[in-house]
Amino acid sequence: MTSTIDHRTEAPAEAPAPRKSGGFTAAAANYIEDRTSISGVVKEFGRKIFPDHWSFMLGEVALYSFVVIILSGTFLTFFFQASMAEVVYNGSFVPLKGMQMSSAMDSALHISFDVRGGLLVRQIHHWAALLFIAAIGLHMLRIFFTGAFRKPRELNWVIGFVLFVLALGEGFTGYSLPDDLLSGNGLRIIDGLIKGLPFVGTWISFLLFGGEFPGTAIVGRLYTLHILLLPAMVVAFIALHLVFVVVHKHTQFSGGGRTEKNVIGYPVLPVYAAKAGGFFFLVFGVIALMASFFTINPIWNYGPYDPSPVSAGTQPDWYIGFADGALRLIPPGWEFVWLDHTWSFNIIVPVLVLVIFLGLVASYPFVEGWVTGDKREHHILDRPRNAPTRTGIGAAGVTFYAGLWAAASSDIIATHFQLSLESVTHTIQAWVILGPFIAYFIAKRVCIGLQKKDREIVLHGFESGRIVRLPGGEYIEVHEQVDEYERWKLVNYEVHEPITLRPNAQGKITGAARLRARMSRWFFEDRIAPATSKELEHGHGDAHGEIEGGGHH
Amino acid sequence: MARKSRKANRRHPLATVVLIAIGLVVTGGGYALFSSTTTASADTSASSQQTIDEGKKLFAANCATCHGLDMQGTKDGPSLIGVGAAAVNFQVGTGRMPMAMQGPQAMQKPTQFTDEQTAALAAYVASISPGPAIPDERYLQADGDATNGGQLFRINCAMCHNVAGAGGALTEGKFAPELTGVLATHIYEAMLTGPQNMPVFNDNNLTPEDKRDIITYLKFLENNPSPGGFELGSLGPVAEGLFVWIFGLGAVIGLMVWLTAKSN
Repeated sequence: MTSTIDHRTEAPAEAPAPRKSGGFTAAAANYIEDRTSISGVVKEFGRKIFPDHWSFMLGEVALYSFVVIILSGTFLTFFFQASMAEVVYNGSFVPLKGMQMSSAMDSALHISFDVRGGLLVRQIHHWAALLFIAAIGLHMLRIFFTGAFRKPRELNWVIGFVLFVLALGEGFTGYSLPDDLLSGNGLRIIDGLIKGLPFVGTWISFLLFGGEFPGTAIVGRLYTLHILLLPAMVVAFIALHLVFVVVHKHTQFSGGGRTEKNVIGYPVLPVYAAKAGGFFFLVFGVIALMASFFTINPIWNYGPYDPSPVSAGTQPDWYIGFADGALRLIPPGWEFVWLDHTWSFNIIVPVLVLVIFLGLVASYPFVEGWVTGDKREHHILDRPRNAPTRTGIGAAGVTFYAGLWAAASSDIIATHFQLSLESVTHTIQAWVILGPFIAYFIAKRVCIGLQKKDREIVLHGFESGRIVRLPGGEYIEVHEQVDEYERWKLVNYEVHEPITLRPNAQGKITGAARLRARMSRWFFEDRIAPATSKELEHGHGDAHGEIEGGGHH
Repeated sequence: MARKSRKANRRHPLATVVLIAIGLVVTGGGYALFSSTTTASADTSASSQQTIDEGKKLFAANCATCHGLDMQGTKDGPSLIGVGAAAVNFQVGTGRMPMAMQGPQAMQKPTQFTDEQTAALAAYVASISPGPAIPDERYLQADGDATNGGQLFRINCAMCHNVAGAGGALTEGKFAPELTGVLATHIYEAMLTGPQNMPVFNDNNLTPEDKRDIITYLKFLENNPSPGGFELGSLGPVAEGLFVWIFGLGAVIGLMVWLTAKSN
């Protein structure tokens, strides 16, 4: 199989291929072509080139998990009753027989115990949902750390972010549907969260639940969101997301022959169609294996929802964990009465922090674009080490998120490591505040260190481990030069320099310009320039003149 | 040479000590064997005077340091007046007492006393003042109403012990232990006496039948593995999330690396 180069520059229109006669396939193809002119689409998509790197498949994992979710979810809708009407359970699970519960819980138990394959499909649906959002998260991290969000892909980053938020919504509404104890407790926390918002909270809560919590409407309403509105939006945004991937073409890592003007990889037909098709079944298989062997959300243990009991270890699914953790980390005493209103800063502060955090994530491409002042298109990915400040910021964000995430399991950490719950909480409080700074500095220093190492390797080669004794008695270690492909990777990256503060057309220096200059200095003050061709020539005296450094900055 | 050394061993200064020790072990052991068989055959009821006396000795040797010679309690341990045989049977029978060290709460460990010794201690403590007795066997058969038990468990117990009895965290390093593998007697006694940080569920609060139902529910969970497969510790979403990130996504990434690997 040879790699193909897809030129971004407009290629002249090709002459139509000579029509081959004979065969049912040809006849069918002609029939369809004459009525739909689909050949243009097939040509465009079939010859679409995708570069090969394992991390480029994370988005695919999310997509395939979503397909699995749709398939299994459709099956579940055949049996699920989204109603809170009280019924008496009379199914096969003995320790719930004779209990009053909502129709929703009753039908969820019916699916689990009395529908053939029902439990398996329920578990497939739930495991696939967990994998879906995990894959989205990892996909976003890949995009972030490789700088794939830069022009022209900023909007696609925002679309992806919207998909992430929609997925959280899908997850949460789904978690709440079975009306078991866990989902009811989760809803109660959301209800409390909403009611904690000043002025509007109580109104929104009553609007959402159709009266006082829990009411008899919420499951039906969440069901409509879960199976109609949210999936429709997810599908629409996925379509948009993929259209943009086609329009922009896929990014690629720096490597031999790869430029901003081409994409090197394999075409969709036949290579990627086969690979991706097979990969779908592999992902489905992994999900099915998990669902076959590992219990997820045993609603029969939780029992029907009743507002009085709460189980120890009540947590949301992992993707809402960061929000739960934020609530758990707030110290006591942040709620007080002022002007005849209860001000729940124990709710308001974490909600604000999370909104700001998510807002920063959504707007990061624009922030970085503004700071760098870089208006060019980028199709070659950064290695994370070659953008030390961005990598540092990413590490800080991951540390912050991880702290909130860990806080959601503070009780499980306490019991399993035999620690006191309070010390776990206090440690994570410190981690969430100090950790991001520490992570930023460590990650940035590591990146710069790695860049220095790369430069050293390009200029002086790598240590071969071969010790030679010279005639004079001196010992030296022979350094070997890296090959051209490796060198291309090591020297082909851009270095930005801080923007110099200049007066604008009116001869003024605005506050925004000052801020931008300061941010730019923060971003690019510490930088390691790649070895230039000149340095390469001087670096090792032997004849390597034919190697072009290619570093332009 | 060999003979000489044997002779020397016989005249070793410690030879007498060893001889006396052997003699003591043989006679003492024989006596213990004899006396224990007579106890067993003479009276099986826990409250015979002999058992109580035995319990008193054990108490003085093992418990009195913290609980006081008259069970009045000291600064290191609470008074045991009125705790009853049920509390002793639970604390000593699960290895929580005697404690290895002072800590947030007494930890479960291999029991230090035999069942007979535990019974003797219980009889002694019960003989000093009345208290909750060791529960009747008929409540311990796990043959009650599991539905009622499950509902009572979720309302009264699950907030600390977790709905599946997997345990949970309390404040300051204390915790509610896992309930799988706990004997029905100990579950009953725990409800009755409220050991460590657990509240007391007396018979007005949860009737003996209610307690039987709770035991029935817990034994149902214990004896019927999850129909969904491995339970991941019954810890809920945290375990599930960790699993999907490490093994689910891990497996998928492994496949991704495999699919994009360059052919050699």
